[in-house]
Amino acid sequence: MGIISRGFSGRRRDSRRQLPPGQYLTDDFPVLSAGPTPRTPLDAWEFIVTTEQGESYRWSWTELMALPAESITADIHCVTRWSKLDTPWRGVSLDTLLADVETSADFALVRSYGGYSTNLPLEDLLDGKAWVAFEYDGEELAAEHGGPARLLVPHLYFWKSAKWARGIELMDEDSPGFWEQLGYHDYGDPWREQRYQGD
Amino acid sequence: MARAAVPGRLKVRRAWRPAHLVERRPETATASTLVLDVPGWPGHQAGQHVDVRLTADDGYQAARSYSLAAPADGDRIEITVQEVPDGEVSSYLADDAQSGDSVEVRGPVGGWFVWRPEETGPVLLVAGGSGVVPLMAMIRSRDGASPAPFRLIYSVRAPEDRIFDHELRRRAAEDGQLDVSFIYTRTAPEAETRPVGRIAAEDLVSRGWAPESRPTVYVCGPTGFVESVADLLVGLGHDPARVKTERFGPSGP
Amino acid sequence: MNEQSERIAVYDGNTLAGPLSEVFAVELTTAVARCRGCGTSSQVATIRVYGPDPGLVGRCPHCEDVLLRLVRTPDAVWLDFSGVSALRIPMPTDSSQ
Repeated sequence: MGIISRGFSGRRRDSRRQLPPGQYLTDDFPVLSAGPTPRTPLDAWEFIVTTEQGESYRWSWTELMALPAESITADIHCVTRWSKLDTPWRGVSLDTLLADVETSADFALVRSYGGYSTNLPLEDLLDGKAWVAFEYDGEELAAEHGGPARLLVPHLYFWKSAKWARGIELMDEDSPGFWEQLGYHDYGDPWREQRYQGD
Repeated sequence: MARAAVPGRLKVRRAWRPAHLVERRPETATASTLVLDVPGWPGHQAGQHVDVRLTADDGYQAARSYSLAAPADGDRIEITVQEVPDGEVSSYLADDAQSGDSVEVRGPVGGWFVWRPEETGPVLLVAGGSGVVPLMAMIRSRDGASPAPFRLIYSVRAPEDRIFDHELRRRAAEDGQLDVSFIYTRTAPEAETRPVGRIAAEDLVSRGWAPESRPTVYVCGPTGFVESVADLLVGLGHDPARVKTERFGPSGP
Repeated sequence: MNEQSERIAVYDGNTLAGPLSEVFAVELTTAVARCRGCGTSSQVATIRVYGPDPGLVGRCPHCEDVLLRLVRTPDAVWLDFSGVSALRIPMPTDSSQ
């Protein structure tokens, strides 16, 4: 809890549950892919963060598992219009993972095994907004859903939650990833319906 | 290009620090500069900003980003807050906050939109409204310590909206290498010869640097203003890699 | 390639016929594309296609590198053919000449 600011009362927003514009509810968990499912054995798995200065930070699977993990319940919104509410995950917060990374970069490019990538501001990976998730619904994350570990950034369209995550490049300037190069939005806020470039 | 900002471990840079208001100085009818004392402040570069967080008695929190208005000075930082209609944080900071009040501050934030006094090339600053704040930090940090020639083009609706008006005129009068000009979009002073209207390519040509001078350009203000100015600059032949932008808009790009 | 995960559908290049016909006057499924990565030439109809959402991705049947990508937005088609180093489109000259 923070310091109390004398005389500040603020204006609270109505937190009634609703779907972002243009979305419909699903009970399924559709699988979309841009290629074959990568299979990475855990003893070969690595997560690498490189900074704008060229420094690298690495975690093996064992090292990732040794970090404090959290349970997360999140609503997820796919740009193809399905939304799924209260999805249950377990993962390591990016705040925990990146705590000791020395950087003043503003942007991140997330890279996956298999070649997929996606870009977003570093700010959107921090402050409890993102995780490296390795369990879904109490089970090990299935390969088709991005296992052994994927990025989970539920406040943005789900194509930003890169499956088969293998690392993050921290950059001073924004650089479009796999779908952003082909017309999808660089940011991707479902509440402002930022599906495509120029939205 | 050499590194601009102060790196540091994320958990340190993202920690919230207690801050106390030392002084609040009105700049215009709707903008005030707040001088905050932040024990242990790590320093910052001109152009960077801070996140300010307010907490109500019941735990409700709200946070906003504000550009630093002045260069690093020990534990003292200055932010200039423009009151936004219905802004819960800006109205508290610009109107209600009193000396001694506490807030929390995090930062400095921003690695790219930075000017360092070691850079000696010509600089063009283009400000829209409260976008002048981080550019003022650059002007203040240059303060005779750098030979870099600076030109500021400051677009406002009306003369009463000019933040730092007196100081800008004083500095321009005292420093042959600092040029300040204003663009009025709604109401101009009587002496103004330029007709009121939004900034256009010819304003950037007549009041800015030619692309051949290879200036570094910093553009700051509302998103629409920044995008329009950036397009004009590139259209005039400025190298896009030398045009740095900072957009004030709803959180998130 | 191992296809243990049945739920990821893989199509063939015929899936591209419709979307590509929005852009090109010629039929491309009979064209032959050379992969920039491994150099293998494959008839477009035989390339491995993933999608169609959020976009179509055509991959080399030999090395799985991305040959092409196609996205249909409300007001445009975005097309990236950079994985194809050469495209041979059958097009006889007019035989009546």
